[in-house]
Amino acid sequence: MKITFPHLGNTYICVKAIFDDLGIDYVIPPFNNKKALELGTRYVSEMVCLPLKINIGNYIQAYEMGADTILMAGGCGPCRFGYYSQLHQEILRDAGFDMEIITLESVYGIGDLLGRIKRLMPDNGAYLKLPGVIRRAVKVAKNTDELEMLTFRLRARESEPGNVDGIYRAFRENALKTYGTKATLKLIDETTDKLDSVSLKPDAKPLKIGIVGEIYTGIEQFASFEIQERLGRLGVEADRKVTVSNWIIEHMLKKGLHLPRDLSYARAAKPWLGTMIGGHAQETVGNTVLYAQNGYDGVIQIFPFSCMPEIVAESLLPYIERDLGIPVLTLIIDEMTGEAGYMTRVEAFIDMLEKRRERKKYEGGWTLSWD
Amino acid sequence: MRTKIGIPRSLFYYKFIPFWDSFFNGLGAEVVISGPTNKKILDSGVKTCVDEACLPVKLYFGHVLELKDKADFILVPRFTSISKKEYICPEFGGLPDVIRHTLKDLPPLITTEINLRRTGKGGVDAAIEMASEIGVDGKTAAAAYKRALEVQRVRGNTFAIEEYFGDTGTRDTGTGTLSHTSENPAGKRERELNLKVAVIGHPYNIYDKYISMDLLGKLKKYGIGIKTIEMTDENETNKHSARLKKPMFWYYGRTAYGAALHLASSGEIDGMICVTSFGCGIDSFVNDLIERRIRKDYKIPLIIMTIDEHSGEAGFNTRLEAFVDMLQWRRANENNISTSG
Repeated sequence: MKITFPHLGNTYICVKAIFDDLGIDYVIPPFNNKKALELGTRYVSEMVCLPLKINIGNYIQAYEMGADTILMAGGCGPCRFGYYSQLHQEILRDAGFDMEIITLESVYGIGDLLGRIKRLMPDNGAYLKLPGVIRRAVKVAKNTDELEMLTFRLRARESEPGNVDGIYRAFRENALKTYGTKATLKLIDETTDKLDSVSLKPDAKPLKIGIVGEIYTGIEQFASFEIQERLGRLGVEADRKVTVSNWIIEHMLKKGLHLPRDLSYARAAKPWLGTMIGGHAQETVGNTVLYAQNGYDGVIQIFPFSCMPEIVAESLLPYIERDLGIPVLTLIIDEMTGEAGYMTRVEAFIDMLEKRRERKKYEGGWTLSWD
Repeated sequence: MRTKIGIPRSLFYYKFIPFWDSFFNGLGAEVVISGPTNKKILDSGVKTCVDEACLPVKLYFGHVLELKDKADFILVPRFTSISKKEYICPEFGGLPDVIRHTLKDLPPLITTEINLRRTGKGGVDAAIEMASEIGVDGKTAAAAYKRALEVQRVRGNTFAIEEYFGDTGTRDTGTGTLSHTSENPAGKRERELNLKVAVIGHPYNIYDKYISMDLLGKLKKYGIGIKTIEMTDENETNKHSARLKKPMFWYYGRTAYGAALHLASSGEIDGMICVTSFGCGIDSFVNDLIERRIRKDYKIPLIIMTIDEHSGEAGFNTRLEAFVDMLQWRRANENNISTSG
């Protein structure tokens, strides 16, 4: 059994470290790429959402590298993600790729979930290691996300463009060659030190933009044309609250163990969106409100074309924009999205935010340009 | 004067109006329903709703606006779930919020959440909450709820199709109703062939004459028998939806899949038409799963007809006619053996 899993930002670092520690045989598909997207669009019907298409590309590329089993997360709706595994299975079978999918979900109860985990375990010895591995793996996930967020802050401030990019790319490559959770944690620490020593512009006051929207297009930089990195290169600091570690800690561990969770986003969303409706709509609405309250200059919402929960959020954002005075740009992505048109919109948005900030600073509010 | 409760003729109207009608009458209120969909309703919906939403949701906006000055309250419930462990659609869940913020100067909205996902008791709870919004006590509400459930059980699956064919004046195309069938010579041969197709689609798409381009009426005109999800035996639907390895957590998705497979395997239909609104997330999965299964296991022609606010009727008719022609040839010339494999 050779296991593979779909890419989602830096998730591969955490999953790889766990597999190494437990002695599970695996293949990591190539980082998301055009070929993967092309494979996905070839086999998946057009109206299905973008993440599923890229997933299929990952699986087929991993299949060519010898993988026969897929490990992925599951769910029970109402967002389409909960049914991904079933459609994946049908598509792969019809296309002639003989792969099995193991979904980590507790739809059928805890016993069933444990049975699924048992199938992954190479030997009984692995169980003894499990508690320690999970503890360190959560730390890997958390530290990786913190490192990524650090790069977004630094990129907007570095005095020599390209330093952060160099260190961060090397880190992503090196993580593929690093074995186990302990070594990975060390690699993250070393990279953080390197990033901390990058020289910064002393007087930089970058614009601050919050990224909200659907989780896959937010986290997976390939799907968003590297929006956060590009914003950094344009001298804008882009923050994002929805991360893999946040999802693991808040939605899996704390929810599973019935610990109090950070629901500030839900409270913030309340006046606009009264309840959880699936996907990340409540996070999108809530975090937009929080960004507005925390003095951010703007918010960018990203989601794949036809994403149901985000359409609800999208229709509510104009009223938050109006009520709280925070500009919002909505970007919708599918396999047809062109980079040039996309970036033109992003750049125009940033120009507008800069002008807005200047006007507030020097002209004390709204004035007409010929005054 | 009785309180007027406005109900948009859209979305769950086509599933639950017997229930709502009986329930609100039981509370001593009067039910006011927006008129059948027309261009004005569609346009006002498209104008006010966000571009990315699906056609039925845009239409809902239009119907709510239509009720603006005609009712004391408008019913815009938060439909989270109508069956155990199943959901409707995220867009339905967010509707009250979106309507509340987008459309101004509306009468008060009744936005009670209807959630039967965890327990069937969610229904009566919602009924009591709704009644309290219009100032009716819980006891009356519970009794009205019980009566309404019974009405729904009897009429729930049949009223939409009855209304569709009983009411001739709603869509002024001059064709497409029962009364025209006998006068139409084009339908003669088809009637002799006694063809039958399954029309699989959300009730709010297929039973709305305007946005479905009167598909059911056109089929009737051709003399082709129709089977919809609502006409399919629930036990059979459940049996066939159980063929999915993981239970589908959308109520519509499960019933559509089960009904489609039951009808296909029963041998009573000659073809299947899946009607979907452009951008429908649930249909993108369900129709794909149905199509894969039908292609593999059953030799039944299947067509997916997508509708949106730009749909031109001519193109729609051309596709439908081609499909019907093909069904006839199969029946008349091929002895039911497909040459296409």
